[in-house]
Amino acid sequence: MKILLSWLNDYGDFGDPTDPVAVQRVADALTSLGLEVDSVTTVGETVPGIVTARVLRLVQHPDAAKVQRVYVEAGDGVERHVWCGAFNMAVGDVVPLATLGTTMPNGMTIERRGILGIDSEGMLCSSSELGLGDDHSGIRILPSDVALGRPYGEALGLTLDVLIDADVTRNRPDCWGYVGIARDLAAKLGVEFRPPAPGSTVTGDERVAPVEIIDGDRCARFTSTVISGIEVKQSAEWMARRLTVAGMRPISNVVDVSNYVMLELNQPNHAYDLDTLGGGGFRVRLAADGEALTTLDGEERTFTADDLFICDANDVAIGVGGIMGGLDTEINDSTTTVALEMAWFSLVGIGQTVARTNLRSEASARFERGVDPYGMPTAIARFVELLSETCPRLVVHAGAVDARSEHLPAEHRSVDVRISAVNRILGTDLAAGDLPRLLDPIGYTVSGTGDTRSVVLPSWRLDSTEEVDVIEEVARHYGYDRIGKTVPKSVVHGELSVRQHRRRLAREVLLGLGISEAMPNPFLAPDTLAKAGLPPEALRITNPLVAEESVLRTSLRPGLLRAIAYNESHRRSGVALFEIGHVYPPAEGELPGEYEALTVVLAGADAPAAVSVWRELAAALGTGARLDQSKVPDGLHATRSATLQAGRDPLGAVGEVAPDVLEAFEVTERVAILELDLDQILDREPKPTQWKSTSRYPSSDLDLSFVVPDEIPAERVEKAVRQGAGNLLVDVDLFDIYRGERAVEGTRSLAYRVRLQSSDRNLTDADIADVRRGVEAAATKLGAQLRT
Amino acid sequence: MLTDITAAREAALADIEGAATLDEIATLSTRLLGKKGDLAQLKTRLGQLESIDDKKAAGQAINDAMSIVSSALDERRTALSVEALSVRVEAERLDLTEYVGKPTRGHAHLVTQAWERLEDVFIGLGFQVAEGPEVETDWHNFEALNMGEGHPARGEFDTLFVDHVTPDGKSGTTLLRTHTSPVQIRTMLESEPPIYIVAPGRVFRRDTPDATHMPVFHQIEGLVIDRDISMADLAGTIEAFTKAFFGAGFTSRLRPSYFPFTEPSAEFDIQRPDGSWIELGGCGMVHPNVLRAGGLDPEDWSGFAFGFGIDRMAKERHGVEDIRDMYTNDIRFMEQFS
Repeated sequence: MKILLSWLNDYGDFGDPTDPVAVQRVADALTSLGLEVDSVTTVGETVPGIVTARVLRLVQHPDAAKVQRVYVEAGDGVERHVWCGAFNMAVGDVVPLATLGTTMPNGMTIERRGILGIDSEGMLCSSSELGLGDDHSGIRILPSDVALGRPYGEALGLTLDVLIDADVTRNRPDCWGYVGIARDLAAKLGVEFRPPAPGSTVTGDERVAPVEIIDGDRCARFTSTVISGIEVKQSAEWMARRLTVAGMRPISNVVDVSNYVMLELNQPNHAYDLDTLGGGGFRVRLAADGEALTTLDGEERTFTADDLFICDANDVAIGVGGIMGGLDTEINDSTTTVALEMAWFSLVGIGQTVARTNLRSEASARFERGVDPYGMPTAIARFVELLSETCPRLVVHAGAVDARSEHLPAEHRSVDVRISAVNRILGTDLAAGDLPRLLDPIGYTVSGTGDTRSVVLPSWRLDSTEEVDVIEEVARHYGYDRIGKTVPKSVVHGELSVRQHRRRLAREVLLGLGISEAMPNPFLAPDTLAKAGLPPEALRITNPLVAEESVLRTSLRPGLLRAIAYNESHRRSGVALFEIGHVYPPAEGELPGEYEALTVVLAGADAPAAVSVWRELAAALGTGARLDQSKVPDGLHATRSATLQAGRDPLGAVGEVAPDVLEAFEVTERVAILELDLDQILDREPKPTQWKSTSRYPSSDLDLSFVVPDEIPAERVEKAVRQGAGNLLVDVDLFDIYRGERAVEGTRSLAYRVRLQSSDRNLTDADIADVRRGVEAAATKLGAQLRT
Repeated sequence: MLTDITAAREAALADIEGAATLDEIATLSTRLLGKKGDLAQLKTRLGQLESIDDKKAAGQAINDAMSIVSSALDERRTALSVEALSVRVEAERLDLTEYVGKPTRGHAHLVTQAWERLEDVFIGLGFQVAEGPEVETDWHNFEALNMGEGHPARGEFDTLFVDHVTPDGKSGTTLLRTHTSPVQIRTMLESEPPIYIVAPGRVFRRDTPDATHMPVFHQIEGLVIDRDISMADLAGTIEAFTKAFFGAGFTSRLRPSYFPFTEPSAEFDIQRPDGSWIELGGCGMVHPNVLRAGGLDPEDWSGFAFGFGIDRMAKERHGVEDIRDMYTNDIRFMEQFS
């Protein structure tokens, strides 16, 4: 809401717009009321060098059809010549003349410039050139009775003013009008509040524009007042200026007064030309599905049976209820009699139509939030009062219609408010007497005695319905800054859960291994999962911003592969990345099968690098799994990948990304990968490792090399070594792998270093020989042959 | 005899003087002081002397000579050791600024860093950390938070909906959570008060990305439910957080605002030591309807909630101009930060 301070001062003495201290006080008070001030701008500053001048002669040049020669006089008796591209002025008019050397608001400096060899001694200005709105259709004509050669601001009565832009939250429907803001501000600043108090209006005989409300759940009140004696003309300068500052284009006195009343009293309204209103009355009903109407903005639109129409008495649609009038019912220059509509519409109904049609207006914004269902009489009287200023022969006819439905909110709504509840929620120590002091100025009327008071809620605050709403009003006017700062005495101690601890541990291990954390977009393009070699079943976003981001990921893999491709394209090969994040596979149930996953990708690395990361993580987290190479995970390298099998459920996968997947993601390096289901790993905390004594006796190393057929996994060889070595075994370490010319076809050589140690004696040669025999026997049984 | 002793001693000392390595010293030590050494051999000739005095004098002279030779050996050995050490050390000289390695440490995401810092501060203030699903039900995300069907505030959340179908056949009621507030409801339903939690997490809005907005971003939410929790407790907790997270020179203020799930509602601002303000987030007293949705009686329990963005904390801490840069996963971006 843009608030012109001089306008606001109509309703209370809030502060001189030229006094920075007063302006700051108003801005601070608005913010402290919850009307957060976004900006304070100075308006009404005039451009020095532009003065009033009278048009003396208009001359057409034969060689220049698009411009004319204007001779003006600016109070010094000297005739000056200017070229001008506008033709809207007449001899005798007073116009703004930018004299030579003037710097215009757009930065241009007025210089002596010539057309066809004839110099121009200045420039005549349009409204937009003066910074007075966006009208640049012609030269701004000034009042003709002003002194010449004077600053144009004097002629327009321009004074320095400030425009305050304040945010109005959804719970403050009243603040869409100046009066609502003034009421709140007056209460806060302790200033006398002076709302408009227009007198009684009826001056003429009975003329009725009847109203029939068909769909009363959507329109609960509709008043129609017939006003005649109208002369359509321009508004007074002050009103046009205020509307311009508010961002509304002045059109004519009737339309301008209509807008002014809306801005002032927050009551949108519409004046229909009674002479062209079909049947001379109104019907308020839902549209038929597909019913069309050309709205005021010139667009023909079709509506549905969920949209409300204002129709004439012949049932022809003439407006979208509470949102926008129809094009055909606009007031025109010959209008003399109007039927003035002031109505109240269902908030939800307006909201639905606005959401569906995206048709919105100043009126719909107000109705959607809730205008005062009982504000019409004042608004009608105010409309008449303001219009009388330009239409002295105005007649308000008796017989105004006030149609209501049972859906109209009650005029006097009240709630019980307990002072104990106020203090309990706010942490204050307010007494009963404080409630009227804080609430009465903003229209909440407090009565009763004891802890529980009855509070009548103002009709313009439809957002207020229960005790806590009143408590908030108390807090606002008491001042949030006066509420104390205490810390609750908690018996709860702060800590991370097991899962959160273990997640941090996993992250620290990965960071320690030199892997960096990525956060790719969890939304994928429709073909991305298939490109990653993953099942295409996935949830979709029904209203995505773009189709490329319409599928919910079921795996962290695609995002990380894209990150590798991105880095490769920026000449950063070999990146190591991980992500810990949620994936959302489809599943039956209240919610999909969302779980937390971990994926590591190592660009330029072979599968064993990923296995090594897995082993580090597993050791740190106290978990483990079997590498089952017979089960190739989707999209991974068929001969270089394994499923991580822990019990029956797969825990994840390890290996390399399949070459065709890499190609699809335009990744040129090999990519080692580890994928884990963290839901299976993080919640289970392993028992603390138990201490084992370290032997005092010397250890002995035994190097054993085996010829192993390719189909026997090293894992099983190691297991055989462990079994065969018996209880002297301390550690087994695979330290060399040989494949090549000197190895038998279809086999490789695996060399293990076996460390032996006894807890209670020195080892003998016989011990070592025993171990060697035992290991050899176990290996032979497996099909591996000990090399001698 | 004495002449021989002197000659042997002098010869030995000359040999020692001439020794150039520790190995030579070791060899000399054996030769000169051993049983077959010249001086030891002279001892065997003592019996040939006639007078006891001569024997005594010669024996004494041999012992003295042995002692002198032994000392000379020690001295020479020490000198050579020192020299050898210094030669070795000099030979092993390295220029430690000739660094060819690369740092091997990984880099945590800036959002994670801010997230964990926030968690740690709130843990210090007595909060536990709660989590919830990112794909949520309409009920948890809106309805339970005092935004029933048709509530106008729903439209302001720019919600992304998911095509999941619930067991009772409903579609269009599953969404990507627009805020972390559903965790409030889940916590209330799953545990008994007193509740002191923060809920950091990922949230989603149908927002076109720009320098300050992402459709996927992160928030942290706080919820306290206990007996007689007041707005003063809210203000005090925000103040305690402000000082713990930003520093002792920072203060906070609340000013009225509106959220459907809290009342009274407030925005909270942080004031820097230089007097300037930062708008941080929203907060308020948990709305009675929200307590009811969480299965709690508003007459028995009261509470407050607050929330703010994590991404912005990370962005401003490191002066990142465009929030989108934090999500490019560009290793050159990540490596800038420890």
